Amino acid sequence: MKLKSKSEGQLTFRELFKKGDTPIKLSYIFMGTANILNGQIIKGLAFLALQIGFVAWLVVNGFHALSMLQSLGTKAQGWVMDESLGIEVQQPGDNSMLLLLFGIAAIILILLFIFLYIVNLRSARKIFALKQAGQPLPTLKEDLNSLLNEKFYITLMSIPLLGVLAFTILPLLYMISIAFTSYDHNHLPPKNLFHWVGFANFSNVITGDIAGTFFPVLTWTLIWAVLATATTFFFGILLALLINAKGVKGKKVWRTIFVITMAVPQFVSLLLMANLFNGSGPVNAMLQNWGLIDQPIPFLTDALLAKITVIFVNMWVGIPVTMLVATGIITNLPTDQIEAAEIDGANKFQIFRNITFPQILFVMAPSLIQQFIGNINNFNVIFLLTGGQPANSNFHSAGETDLLVTWLYKLTVTAADYNLASVIGIIIFVLSAVFSLFAYTRSSSFKTEGA
Amino acid sequence: MKSKKRNHLVLHYTLLTILSIVWIFPIVWIVLTSFRSEGGAFVTYFIPKQFTFENYKMLLTSSTYPFVQWFLNTLFVAICSCILSTLITIAMAYSLSRLRFRARKPFLKLALVLNMFPGFMSMIAVYYILKAMNLTGSLLALILVYSSGAALGFYIAKGFFDTIPMALDESAMIDGASKFEIFTKITLPLSKPIIVYTALMAFMAPWMDFIFAKIILGDNVNKYTVAIGLFTMQTKDKIDQYFMAFTAGCVLIAVPITLLFIFMQKYYVEGITSGSVKG
Repeated sequence: MKLKSKSEGQLTFRELFKKGDTPIKLSYIFMGTANILNGQIIKGLAFLALQIGFVAWLVVNGFHALSMLQSLGTKAQGWVMDESLGIEVQQPGDNSMLLLLFGIAAIILILLFIFLYIVNLRSARKIFALKQAGQPLPTLKEDLNSLLNEKFYITLMSIPLLGVLAFTILPLLYMISIAFTSYDHNHLPPKNLFHWVGFANFSNVITGDIAGTFFPVLTWTLIWAVLATATTFFFGILLALLINAKGVKGKKVWRTIFVITMAVPQFVSLLLMANLFNGSGPVNAMLQNWGLIDQPIPFLTDALLAKITVIFVNMWVGIPVTMLVATGIITNLPTDQIEAAEIDGANKFQIFRNITFPQILFVMAPSLIQQFIGNINNFNVIFLLTGGQPANSNFHSAGETDLLVTWLYKLTVTAADYNLASVIGIIIFVLSAVFSLFAYTRSSSFKTEGA
Repeated sequence: MKSKKRNHLVLHYTLLTILSIVWIFPIVWIVLTSFRSEGGAFVTYFIPKQFTFENYKMLLTSSTYPFVQWFLNTLFVAICSCILSTLITIAMAYSLSRLRFRARKPFLKLALVLNMFPGFMSMIAVYYILKAMNLTGSLLALILVYSSGAALGFYIAKGFFDTIPMALDESAMIDGASKFEIFTKITLPLSKPIIVYTALMAFMAPWMDFIFAKIILGDNVNKYTVAIGLFTMQTKDKIDQYFMAFTAGCVLIAVPITLLFIFMQKYYVEGITSGSVKG
């Protein structure tokens, strides 16, 4: 971008300050002066008002918020002697959590203001350039019109981006910061303060007390993600082939039967499954009635069986989705290859292995990796079906079937070990990032292959 | 040869029938249970001995579990966040696909990174931000959170816009149309499938989400959405008493969503494939 602006002969802000007239120079201190004194009164006043508002905020709240960020509070809640009253009064103390949140919000606000300041300087530079060229300055109406034309993206994106800033970026920065603090169940604000501890939580998770939970949960998460993705993908395609085979009548009806299960909200179907496979649930009752088993099968309470059950139930949930997508692909596959193979005497399995399956894989590969990442983060299936149970007394607030995400949830909601939860969150992020990167390079290689 | 083919078909049909039973069975079971008149969470048989509408009556009139109120809450949230989310997603996707500006590429990368953090991680912080805005326990907070989440879920819609030929825009531009006119008069009319898909997904989300909703709404039972409401009905201490009312609630929720889904199936597939094929 810099190269481009130089080639257009645009001034740097330093050159602008040297060459500009007094209103432009004043714009460096009072935003919008150049606009006001050159007839763009409303635009200039808007700049100025924003600057006044920012300075006022900085004086009232901003400086305090920033200065507390380093210590995260020094006064703990407790009783202190009030000399004038001669009795002990309760001192509210600093709330480290709010101090951290406001501190980060303050940094974001300051960055926003710096951005605004640059916009102001750019506007001054534009005025300078237009005046030198002897061209008229855009009126307010022209400026507003440009918001529907060359600057249309500003109109479309500014409100959504404010939402992202408030509800995604700010919380995320906050939680990432938490990973470097001592915010756990022993340091809960407002009663206690918490502090910066550097990388202590990370080493705790990877080599310390928590490693004994972390590595088993991580291993199970990866095993689960591979198995869940592979089974639903493979059997989904088989089901699609079964329905779309030549000569099968009522394809639409068959398809609809499976699609219905997809439409039932997951929390309904999964809670239902949890009841169905309960120790005293209908499946066990039926098997006992038929005399096939004496004792109820612990589908969801035995560590290994629970893992298997979870994967099977996930197949119930996921196969129709793959089936539906694969159907779209299968009906569009060129048939000449298959016919040629049939003439050459290939059997159905050979056709599937060498022709149909590779073609489907080719189309679905990018979404397959997406699904894999989705399964690493598959909260619903585990949480609703087993809730991470059966319990394992060696684990720190996790059960046998807990994935990293459900463990994260438990660490925040039940154990209140927010710092550990944040570390886990960052690790999940790294996992997703690695696989996404892999997916990205793979899919671009696919693109060149397809071209 | 012919008999071999018929054997194949018989095999196909048997397999399909067995699989259909496996898939349909839990759904049939829940519908049957919702009409069961004998009490208790678990019984040892599938088909109820006696059928009754009592469970539905209990569900719709219970004062501890105001199901009708929950339903209206969810409907309200779903409609609002459906409208807002669709507007936001389409606006973002269109900007990032069709308009060219300096921050476009960096923003696409940033969005990719942001999407890789698990949503639950920031849940607690979102709660405190809403609390600072004095919004916790209100439906407005839910609408805000769902809609602002839509701003980063633009990938599928962007993939769709990418497939509309740029030549259309260019010829309109030569005729003197502004970007706004191109957006409203050319792109939007061509984008019905993706608009329907986005709206459908946004509409369905509030019916299914219970984690964020539970954290934001807390103990305010009157503001619950159906998902949290039903979830609270089947906790260990409540399940014996309320299990059948719970199943009745599930049926009442699942029916409209299922119908909507089957009706919109075509758009759903188009949405998934248009996004995934483009990568």
